[in-house]
Formats: sequence, C-alpha cells, structure tokens
Amino acid sequence: MTKHDLRGLTRRQLLSRSLSAAGALAVTGAGFIAAPDAAWALEVTAITPEQMATLLQMARDIYPHDQVPDRFYAIAVKGYDSEDHKAMVAEGVASLDAAAQAAGFPSYVGTGWEEDRVKLLQAMETTPFFQTVRAGLVTGLYNQKEIWPIFGYEGESFSKGGYIERGFNDIDWL
Amino acid sequence: MVAKFDLNDDSVVVIIGTGAGGGVLANELAQKGVKVVALEAGGRYLPEDYINDEWESFTQLAWLDARTTSGSWRVAKDFSGLPAWIVKAVGGTTTHWAGASIRFQDHEWKALTTYGKVEGATLLDWPIDAAEMAPWYEKAETKLGVTRTGDRAGLPGNNNYRVFEKGAKALGYKEVHTGRMAINSADYDGRMACQQTGFCFQGCKWGAKWSAAYTDIPAGEATGNLEVRERAHVARILHNDAGKVTGVEYFDKDGNLQMQKARIVCVAGNSFETPRLLLNSASGMFPNGLANSSDQVGRNYMRHTTGSVYAIFDRPVRMWRGTTMAGIIQDEARHDPSRGFVGGYELETLSLGLPFMAAFLNPGGWGRSFTTALDHYENMAGMWIVGEDMPQATNRVTLSETKDQFGLPVANVHFDDHPNDIAMRNHAYQQGMAIYEAVGATRAFPTPPYPSTHNLGTCRMSEKPEDGVCNRWGQTHDIANLFISDGSQFTTGAAENPTLTIVALAIRQADHIAREMSAGNI
Repeated sequence: MTKHDLRGLTRRQLLSRSLSAAGALAVTGAGFIAAPDAAWALEVTAITPEQMATLLQMARDIYPHDQVPDRFYAIAVKGYDSEDHKAMVAEGVASLDAAAQAAGFPSYVGTGWEEDRVKLLQAMETTPFFQTVRAGLVTGLYNQKEIWPIFGYEGESFSKGGYIERGFNDIDWL
Repeated sequence: MVAKFDLNDDSVVVIIGTGAGGGVLANELAQKGVKVVALEAGGRYLPEDYINDEWESFTQLAWLDARTTSGSWRVAKDFSGLPAWIVKAVGGTTTHWAGASIRFQDHEWKALTTYGKVEGATLLDWPIDAAEMAPWYEKAETKLGVTRTGDRAGLPGNNNYRVFEKGAKALGYKEVHTGRMAINSADYDGRMACQQTGFCFQGCKWGAKWSAAYTDIPAGEATGNLEVRERAHVARILHNDAGKVTGVEYFDKDGNLQMQKARIVCVAGNSFETPRLLLNSASGMFPNGLANSSDQVGRNYMRHTTGSVYAIFDRPVRMWRGTTMAGIIQDEARHDPSRGFVGGYELETLSLGLPFMAAFLNPGGWGRSFTTALDHYENMAGMWIVGEDMPQATNRVTLSETKDQFGLPVANVHFDDHPNDIAMRNHAYQQGMAIYEAVGATRAFPTPPYPSTHNLGTCRMSEKPEDGVCNRWGQTHDIANLFISDGSQFTTGAAENPTLTIVALAIRQADHIAREMSAGNI
C-alpha cells in the first residue's frame, strides 16, 4: 500500500573496494552495499551496511524468486533504513546472527545454504521482527510494477482498450 | 435538479448506505415521487476515477475504518482488522462486485423445511418464497441488464473460462457457461459492452458492469426527489417516546454532528454496519439497541462458504485477461446430502493480479513452496467457491472495545465455521482441483477464504418476531418505520452471489414503502 522510496538507490559503474560478505551481496565500505557486479548500490544512513545486507538476504530467503534481481528486494527493504526502524533492525539482525552462530555458522549472511538460513527464519517466524519484514514484503516487493513483467503479469489494460482485440481468449493449447 | 432537503424536513425517507440495497431503494422510491435523503459514509467515484491497480484501488474504495474480529475463522488471524473487502463510496460494493447475478433456487427460500434441523445451525425458512420473488427478480434482471436473461446474450469466455469449461466438461458437469452477469454483452441502458479489460473488482472504467454509482444514483437524483449526502457517517438513529424513529444523527464531511429528521429510516450499511448502527443507537427505551427485543440483532452472520482453487499448467493461461467472473459451474449448487453436507455451492471463475495473488494465495505463507507458485503466475487458472453457509447464533456482530475516528464503538465480527461449512468447502476444493487436473494441471492450490465480500444475515427476516429482526418486507418487527434494506435481511444465504437478490428485495421494498406511505400506515 505504501509507495517505496527510491531515493538512495543509485547505479554505480564501478566500486573498487568490495569488502567480503558471504552471499550475493557485498558490503562495500562506509554507508554502502552493492551487487558484486556493481550494477547497483544502496546507500544507508540510519542502519549499518551489514544490517542492510542481512535484511536483503532475509528478504530473498522469505520470498525467493531466482529470476528477480536483488535491486527489487533492495527497494522493498529500503524503508527500514530509518530512525523509526533502527532499533528493531539492530535487535532483529543481532538475534538472527546469534541464532546462526549457535548453529555453527559465522553469521546469517555467512550461512551458505538457503535451506540452513530458512531453518533459522522458521525458528523466529512468530517474532514481530520477522512478521514485520515478511508482511512489508508482500506489498513492498510484489507491488513494484517493474517486476510484474518478470512474472508475465501485464497490469492495467484499459489504456490499450482492454483485451477484447488483444487475446482475452487466445489460449491455444487446450 | 438535484434535490436539497432541510434537516428539519420530517417528511423524508432517510436511507443509510447507497449500495445494492440502499442505492436501488433510493432510486426506486424517488421514481415513485417519495422524497429521499441518502446518507453515504464514502465519497463519490465514477468510472473516470477508478484505478486499475489493485492496491491503489483498494486504498481508494475499500472500507478501511477500524473493525475487529474474533473466532476460529482464518480471516481473524490473517486479516484481523479487515474482516470484509467491501466498499466505502457512493454505490457501495456495487463498485467492486464481479457482476454474477443468479437467482436463488426455489428450495433455498425454505432451507429449514428442505434441509431439516442441522445441529448447531439456526436454519429458518424465509417468510417469502420463489413464486413471490419471481417478478421482482425479473425487474432486477432488467435493471441490471443481466446476460442470459431476457433476450440478452452471454458474455464470451476468456482464457480462464476456457480452461475451467474444459475441465468441468471432462468431469461430466453439464451446467457450465459464462454466467448470468450484470456486465453488458452488448450496449444496454446507455452503457457500453464489456471490453475484456479485467479489473472488474476495481470499478469498471467502461461502465459495462452495472453499479448503482452511475445508474440508480444519478437516475434517482434526476427525479429531483433524491439528495445523496456523501461522506456522511451515521452515528445513531433517534426515536420518540412512542418508539417510532424520528431521525438520524451523522457526522458530515467536516466532522460536524448533524441531525436529519425522517418519516422513515431504512438501514443499508452492509451486514456489519447495519447491526452496529442499531446497537450503537441503544437508548433508555431500547437498552439493547433498536429493533432488538429478540436479541437477534447482529446474530446469524453469514459470509458464504468460500475458498478458491488456483492451479498451474505447463503453458500460459493469462487468467487476468477479460471479465473476471464470467464463468460458472452450477451442477454442485443442488441440495444433495449424499455429498456429506446440506445445501450446495457454485464454482465461478476468478483471477487476481500479481499483487493480490501474493497477498491472498496463502496469507502468511513464505518460502519456496509459496514463491514457486507465484513464479508460474502466467500459467495459472483460478476459480472461486460460493456455497451456502449455516446461520449460527454465535456468528455475530457485536460492539467492540475499539472506537472509530468519531469515538463510536466499531463492529466486532465473530465467526466460526460450522462442520457443514467445512465439509462443503473440502468437497469443493476436491472438485475444483479435479477440474484443473483433468486439463493437465501440474499443481493445484486450495486457497483459504479472503476477507468476506458476501456479508449476510445479522438482522434477518423472520415470520415470528422472536426469530429475527425484520418481517417479510424488511420492516423491523419492533419499529414500524424502521427498515432493513440490505443483505442483513437474509434469513439464509443460499448458494448464489447475493447482489441480484438484494436488488430484487430493494425494488420490492420500495413498492411496499410507497404503498404504505400512501395508505398513511407509516
């Protein structure tokens, strides 16, 4: 229901200094995380880059769509980089990391297999932190018009005159 | 042209709510020369205003004022503050409805007689029957331009329908067609034909679907006998020492409390707001609320036994293209207790866009089991179950501890499924999945009920005053000039989408009220 803030999501041609973080995302120095291919970067102000990287991994693990690039998940969780959410995020990420460490992994994002991370999430499924992040993703991720074509969804058709002459009954395999 | 009545004009009929019940009643009375003030809590939106985007439209049209929930129904867990998906706008939920317009089956007017006593249920026969309703149904079908009635052709079937039809026929179902729909298959009543745009739930931007917002409301206003006050949030119905209602207090669009005098008050706020208003109108004379000497106000809330079945195929369906609900299987609507339950159900095509599918496919669900379903959204087909649920005294709207923006207690909606409801839903899930498997579905999903769209009962019609709230005309047993004019009147729910019946009852009630006013009886 909320419009997600696109500010802070910027394209980077090159990010020379990639600090290590397991998983697909890299914490790239003070205030940034970025994709390993440097296709995009996300600037954070209220929370730490490591916390944002954890949120991003968590978002992917909650609603994993392998064909949906990270930047859309980044948009979906960008809103947690705020003074209002700072404490919740710090506490939630700390508890995820503690659970990961108790299970013998270095951290949540340092847990290599999705299957293992999902077990950590299942153990905290009823917490307000998990529920807030999950519920927020339902709109934050799936209501981004830019991802609809990835799923084949065409959105509104009124501006094109509907489907009366554009395939409302064109199924050909029955 | 549009009427403007004085707050002190005590000759007017005040109608609360402007949907399928109130909106139609307002126009029908205005056409007969009766002066009407219609109070509508929402604003006015017309086709050019509708938004073909699920969440944006929801924010524009849905009733989002607070409500609370209790009971074991899953909606209370998944959508605790949103027990219903209904509209707050001029025209009410006729903006959002899908257009399915089918008559009750004859036996459904006599549920108790037909089904016999069912343990835990408060079944009752309606005090009216199929023969009495037939001419009113015909008027309603003509008003709404229902396809496959009169000389009106059916709508063409879209992709989702074609999958549904093929599976239905493979299972041997016979009564399968594109529905009797209040969506024009050809130009009708100054409105154009369906353009197969989808987004029927978000308000029809072509006006091809009947909605009171752009038919009955402006038609009533054109008579000069109807004044619609938008953003008028009714707080209380007032009465005199003789126990007759005298007017209505409401908060106007600026939040100021106003009082409109009335000769007659008709309540049509949907099955949550109608009983809530009667309960919030409690007084020294009526300490349990208006028209509630029977203690039946708020009880016997029904929502239809619903659920959906979605299925994935190995090739694209693109179910969202075209009319959302133009497809029906009626074979299971019969009463046949050999299936393990009384009453029956309809199966109707349904689709949601990707954003709502994510919210409703398996609320609260996450992980790959959930996301791999959405990954194949383009290859999905969907249907909705609409079955008769059992009235139960404990399924009930009461006043909540929670207050609304005006400080008025909101409705708490309590609901538990009856064992008959569960048996019916499970049967329907099995049949729905079998239909899709017969066409080669690779995976099927028995999807739980959404927030209710068919809200029925809570002020039910009964022969005897102790069994319900209103009589065969919707007139309350306790107060002669107070009427129930919406789906709250329903004695039982039947298997059919309720709007056509609500409209037919409203046309009939208008006739009765005008006649009684002329006779000086009310």
